[in-house]
Amino acid sequence: MHELPITQSILDIALRHAEKAGARRVTDLHLVIGRLSYVVDDSIRFYWDTIAKGTIAEGARLHFQRVPAELLCLDCNHRYAPDDETLACPKCQSVRVKVAAGDEFRLESIDVETSDSPSSLPAGEGEGDGEMKCH
Amino acid sequence: MPLNIPIAENILSANDRLAEENRTRIEAAGLFSINMMASPGAGKTSLIENTLPRLADKVRVAVVDGDIATSLDADRAAAAGAQASIQINTGGQCHLDAVMLHGALDQLDLKQFDLLIVENVGNLVCPADFRLGTHKSVLIASIPEGDDKPYKYPGMYRGVDALVINKIDLLPYIPFKMDFFQRGVEALNPGVITFPLSCRTGEGLDAWIDWLVQNVKR
Repeated sequence: MHELPITQSILDIALRHAEKAGARRVTDLHLVIGRLSYVVDDSIRFYWDTIAKGTIAEGARLHFQRVPAELLCLDCNHRYAPDDETLACPKCQSVRVKVAAGDEFRLESIDVETSDSPSSLPAGEGEGDGEMKCH
Repeated sequence: MPLNIPIAENILSANDRLAEENRTRIEAAGLFSINMMASPGAGKTSLIENTLPRLADKVRVAVVDGDIATSLDADRAAAAGAQASIQINTGGQCHLDAVMLHGALDQLDLKQFDLLIVENVGNLVCPADFRLGTHKSVLIASIPEGDDKPYKYPGMYRGVDALVINKIDLLPYIPFKMDFFQRGVEALNPGVITFPLSCRTGEGLDAWIDWLVQNVKR
């Protein structure tokens, strides 16, 4: 779809929260993507390296948690995972259904290193984050 | 010490916040607003051209047109009688977003209008994900596109408040199974209000116009 502006949004949100927490570096981002939200993780990974370059999130790892689609039948209240062929309720065949899960697309959490906790790096190696090759 | 910061924030929340702001401005001025989405060539601009003369003297309309390039659509809307028409050129972006509409609203004296029509970029994928802040989303399907489109573009069909089926005058010439199409629509968007019509012959336009006028008056 439009993974470039989306990747930018992911970075903006991560940086805003990281800065608020006084983080020195963002190491991991945990994303939740529903099956129905049509986001292509590979494209996000592709743009990520370029977009995050020169920020405290450069080199951070992206983790995608895929949430399966779940539909709720409005006629018999049955909650089910749709197959690819039909969205209709398998119990009562109704097509009056709504999405109960699977359209999520959010940044769940980030892992950071804070500036008052330099213990993860030996002295002297914490500078020049932009140069660091992570992981 | 590594630290995990919980966030649980929607990725598109920045757009959503601005969409809310757009909505507040639109409501403060007392307008009804729609976001018209469709594939290229379905007839978004034709529908606007056929709608405006039927609203003349009753409803004052501003049109905001989104396209990758040219001001052709805004020119057509102006020629058809829009009291104002603003062209947004997205410069390559395949959809309008709330920021772009925000900029267009700055150029309009909103109190001068009753209805705001936003014509999105022709695309059945991306516009569905970017709320603009308009009251209703309207999808314009058309017979030549084929009857399988609800199945192939579920994200778009799922999210809209009204569905126009344009070019019904072509039904005799095209193998379009209306039952199959409508089963797909019903599965994704049960009970969505539907307007089968033809911009060319004018058939079905009255119901569409009535719906708009009712919403403007509300």
